[in-house]
Amino acid sequence: MNRDIQFDDAGKLRHFLTVDGMSRETLTGILDTAESFVTVGEREIKKVPLLRGKTVVNLFFEPSTRTRTTFEIAGKRLSADVINLNAARMSVTKGESILDTVRTLEAMHTDLFVVRDSASGAAHLIAKHLPPHVRVINAGDGRHAHPTQAMLDMFTIRRVKGKIEGLKVAIIGDLLHSRVARSQIHALKTLGAAEIRAVGPRTLIPTEIETLGVAATSDMEKGLRGVDVVMMLRLQRERMDGQLVPSEREYFNRYGLTEEKLRHAAPDATVMHPGPINRGLEISSGVADGPRSVILEQVTNGIAVRMSIMATIMGGSEERI
Amino acid sequence: MSDLQITGGRLIDPANGVDEVTDLFLSGGAVAGVGKKPKNFSAAQCIDAAGMLVLPGVIDLCARLQPGEAHASGAGATIAGETRAAAAGGITRLLCPPDTAPVADTPAVARMIQDRAAAGGGARVHPLGALTVGLRGERLADMALLMDAGCAGVGNAQTAVGNTLVMRRAMQYAATYNLPVFVRACDPWLQGNGVAHEGEISTRFGLPAIPEAAETAGVARDLALIETSGARAHFDLISTARAVEMIAEARERGLAVSAGVAVHQLHFNEGDIGAFDPRYKVFPPLRTENDRRALLRGLEENAIGAICSDHQPHDADAKLAPFVEAAPGISGLDTLLSMTLELAERGELRLATAVAALTSGPAAVIGMDAGHLARGAPADVCVFDPAREWTLDENAMQSSGKNSPWLGRKLRGRAAATIIGGEIAHLDGAPVTER
Repeated sequence: MNRDIQFDDAGKLRHFLTVDGMSRETLTGILDTAESFVTVGEREIKKVPLLRGKTVVNLFFEPSTRTRTTFEIAGKRLSADVINLNAARMSVTKGESILDTVRTLEAMHTDLFVVRDSASGAAHLIAKHLPPHVRVINAGDGRHAHPTQAMLDMFTIRRVKGKIEGLKVAIIGDLLHSRVARSQIHALKTLGAAEIRAVGPRTLIPTEIETLGVAATSDMEKGLRGVDVVMMLRLQRERMDGQLVPSEREYFNRYGLTEEKLRHAAPDATVMHPGPINRGLEISSGVADGPRSVILEQVTNGIAVRMSIMATIMGGSEERI
Repeated sequence: MSDLQITGGRLIDPANGVDEVTDLFLSGGAVAGVGKKPKNFSAAQCIDAAGMLVLPGVIDLCARLQPGEAHASGAGATIAGETRAAAAGGITRLLCPPDTAPVADTPAVARMIQDRAAAGGGARVHPLGALTVGLRGERLADMALLMDAGCAGVGNAQTAVGNTLVMRRAMQYAATYNLPVFVRACDPWLQGNGVAHEGEISTRFGLPAIPEAAETAGVARDLALIETSGARAHFDLISTARAVEMIAEARERGLAVSAGVAVHQLHFNEGDIGAFDPRYKVFPPLRTENDRRALLRGLEENAIGAICSDHQPHDADAKLAPFVEAAPGISGLDTLLSMTLELAERGELRLATAVAALTSGPAAVIGMDAGHLARGAPADVCVFDPAREWTLDENAMQSSGKNSPWLGRKLRGRAAATIIGGEIAHLDGAPVTER
């Protein structure tokens, strides 16, 4: 395996590309720092000067509202100059290269790139080809990873449950195409979750998911039985072409999270979803808006967690808040 | 053509069961004798091969000579240049798949490739003709005319013929002229937009996957067609244990099938991709360690007869993209011989098997009297210095494509002289005396 480019020679975190391979201390450190940032959002003046004078470019080659907005707010609350670029990207074969775009922006003295792209590995590629002082945060690359989403999920679980260690978690839906699920699995494993179950029809579960330390089941009731946390995944409607799942109706019948199905989980089970939600497809409105749901808290927590990640890799420490 | 003598080397000629220190005599573009100097032989040049291996010239059944169209900047590989790179790697003869630009589906293109290759002064080049027009898998190409124009066989390159009926007729038609059909066994729908083996790595890194079943289904379909069409078929790049098994079984039943493997499949497995290293992106994809071992066994047990480079020289920008979009393929002319013999050095393959898979094995696939060194055989010879240590850096690499996973690595053993048609086409370290 290649050397992990997320760390510099001294072992310090310099990019945040994937949770895979990070230590428990690193992840816990990020979550602890995020706690201290929560209050910043509650102040009248919602700013700290940690990244003052730094330029952050949100480079989104794939559309996003929620993730891009929370990164923008996070950067601004750290006093960075934040620029949003929603770049359309032609495939490389048509003569335009993702690296050309990045190098152009780097020449304008960007300090941190927050990158989203539809190709797995895009953030790694960019990090590998930038000079060492430029930092990269992966805001989602293809099916590979969405590490800041996973961290805000961990943060939310920790706030609700008090800990992650020992919890039983079910991840439900389209794991095959999900970068969120892959990052959640690594984060949950590293932070000591007792059991992770992947639940969905076989067309949506990667064939060798067990190699990630996950137990797969296609039985929703079995998958939910006794779990402390239910993590729903978004099922993209464009995948509903009849080849992966026959119909929305049948999918909702088997895997849509309803109050009735939720009864199989632990009585105090928490329901999460990375958004945006497809009501009536993967989750019923009753559950999404119900007392177990922390979907909106996830969004709020996303800001503090992303501030923490930005501050950590840019060398800021919590004492300077 | 003057006489050439190669003395004191360890001659390994698996087709004729030879492995001994002896002298080789070349005259008139052919082997004139082994061991004993023939009558009327008067060497104008003598190569001192003491401490070296003297092998039949390497025959590479799959080498592209141009960069992929999408990335051609005009500065990259040329047919002439790549034939010289091949000679520098000990390769004396190579087959070029038909996915050239333009596609080798007409006699004119087939001749043009050979003309350009001849101008290069390196390895001999035989084009493979297209099986279907434009490789589109719809209409049969002019196979007989392609054969007349010098094509050593026909195939559809990396594009599997999706329509089974078209494939059946193409095989029947090729069989009419006893033309070898090169088959890339792969179910195109199962391959889809996949870029890596469906397994641990594709799962972990979220890469669109190609299941083993893509190859299994492809081999099964094409074996069924071979059986009923009477075609001679060569599965040119197999990657799975299942394919080895099925082909071995078919050969036992007496079917005229053979199989080949790219040398990188014998060195790497899916794990080498690591965190998106595009140098390891190849089609078929790197499979599991179990598959790699089965391919090696398949060579020993004669289910697989040929090791090829699957050479694909790219310009630098072709790999500067996310793994999914990076151009597939490895530049392999420089390393085919060294890396194959390294497998023998490491004990993963017997030396005789390794040499046969580069010489007599591929010659048998195309039914050519080549790849061995008996009297009368073509005077295509490689003198290999097994002790030579060198680093594969961009300067040492003779191919214009520098896209090799071995770039920067120290290698042991290199072609010290390559003789094609009795002439020294490449010389790098073998002492030559002129008489």
